[in-house]
Amino acid sequence: MKDKACIVGVGATGFFRGEGSGKSLHGLQLEAALAALADAGLRAGQVDGIMPFPNLGTAEGFAASLGCESLRFATTVNMGGAAPVASLGVAAAAVSSGLADYVLMPAGWNGYSGPRAGAIVQEMTASIPGGAIARDFYLPHGLVAPAQWYALIARRHMHEYGTTAEQLGAVALAMRKHAQLNPAAVMHDKSMTMEQYLASPMITDPYRLFDCCLETDGAAAFVVTSAERARDLARAPVYISGVASAQPYPADDITGREDIFRTGLTVAAPQAFEMAGVKPADADFAQVYDCFTFEVVQQLEEAGFCARGEGGAFVQEGRIELGGELPVNTHGGLLSEAHVLGMGHVVEAVRQLRGEAAGRQVADASLGVVTGWGDFGDGSIAVLRN
Amino acid sequence: MADAGKKKAVGLPLPLMQGLHGEFYRHCAAGRLSFQRCSDCGRWRHVPREICPACSSWNWSWEQSSGRGTVFSYTIAERPMHPAFAELCPYAAVVVEMEEGVRLLSRVVDCPPSELEIGAGVTVEYLNVEPTGSGAGDAEAPGQEEIVLPVFRLA
Repeated sequence: MKDKACIVGVGATGFFRGEGSGKSLHGLQLEAALAALADAGLRAGQVDGIMPFPNLGTAEGFAASLGCESLRFATTVNMGGAAPVASLGVAAAAVSSGLADYVLMPAGWNGYSGPRAGAIVQEMTASIPGGAIARDFYLPHGLVAPAQWYALIARRHMHEYGTTAEQLGAVALAMRKHAQLNPAAVMHDKSMTMEQYLASPMITDPYRLFDCCLETDGAAAFVVTSAERARDLARAPVYISGVASAQPYPADDITGREDIFRTGLTVAAPQAFEMAGVKPADADFAQVYDCFTFEVVQQLEEAGFCARGEGGAFVQEGRIELGGELPVNTHGGLLSEAHVLGMGHVVEAVRQLRGEAAGRQVADASLGVVTGWGDFGDGSIAVLRN
Repeated sequence: MADAGKKKAVGLPLPLMQGLHGEFYRHCAAGRLSFQRCSDCGRWRHVPREICPACSSWNWSWEQSSGRGTVFSYTIAERPMHPAFAELCPYAAVVVEMEEGVRLLSRVVDCPPSELEIGAGVTVEYLNVEPTGSGAGDAEAPGQEEIVLPVFRLA
């Protein structure tokens, strides 16, 4: 499947807190979808494949609004925040096998002005694959939210490898620094120091407030087509050179894993790099799903950018900042741009590979990696090139 | 939290007392923390599953745990993410690794969260919770059975 499919259009809405987006959940995602289609130079009616984000809309609904009269490929990857990148793989398979010509994936939500994550934890938890286990074995003891689930892994990592609060802070600071170069980022013009990071209130130890992703309104979208069709379109195609997604084991119970650090990405990353025929060190940047700071550390390890246990040191001394060894989340990520369910990471990877990232452009970027993380550690990864 | 084991916690989200999950909690209500053990390969398992993930056997029995384990990991909830736990904050949600090799999510009720340590030995005790909360598994129907959660104290 290497290089047989391309991302040919990306788009995003503005990102909001405060008054919110002023749009419905559906309307917000339509706006992003239309922006991605305009970017690709496609009419909405040409779309014949739609892959909605889990629980945020239906292919039928998007097709009806967009005027897609010939929808023939409609599926959802049920991997939470890992879904956008995992969907790149499914979309690539669909367009390279002829199941669809143009696959659209919108993702977005009113995560600030709509129901907030904290207020809907039980409904949210019920919808994920391990929902009944969380309901019967986690919730009764007060383990109710993703920040808490993943904090269990972070705490164990700190115990086994000596990972420190300052190292988690280095992730938060790098994302915040990048957001200063991204006018669309919610945290643009709000810089942060290590002192401010360490002084932020503890939410669920070891996670402080500034270890946690933003809650924002916003949406983004991509359009994928075959490499052949991509040549006729408006923009320089971004090739999907390698892509894979996988589950941790067991995927439905975070506590019972023999190796608690082995997540979906541990399985997926070697497959994606092998498909692309490259190594992690070949990447010019990585957009890593940053629901919380530690997940960046852990994914850098499990994707093979560094050895397990070395992620804490890897993120320090500017190595993951622009100009460093591996710039990570050049848009600011979920921590400092906006929480667009991982779709923002795909959009940023495409912009970097097109050379459209303006003040935050990675010089001569030709190969990039984007990851997704969802539910109890589902993982996805794509290796993209221009 | 220090005396949570002696008090009835109220308003907590409760497990649905159905299927194998319900059987697990009925053993707790009888004062016997028990896990499934495969009758063919001998492997213990938690959370409950219909067949043995190691050898695919359908043959298993509930076997009582020694009740002893160690703290594997934990997080200290400083901010409530569910209204039922607001008064408990700060509390620690703890992964306990049992002598039998299985792990379960629970709490250590006699230890201030700030003094918890990975590796600390813990012993099971039982927390009676009233089914009067607003969570997924609650019900106020008369005759609702007693629900008992396995929690731990420092060994």
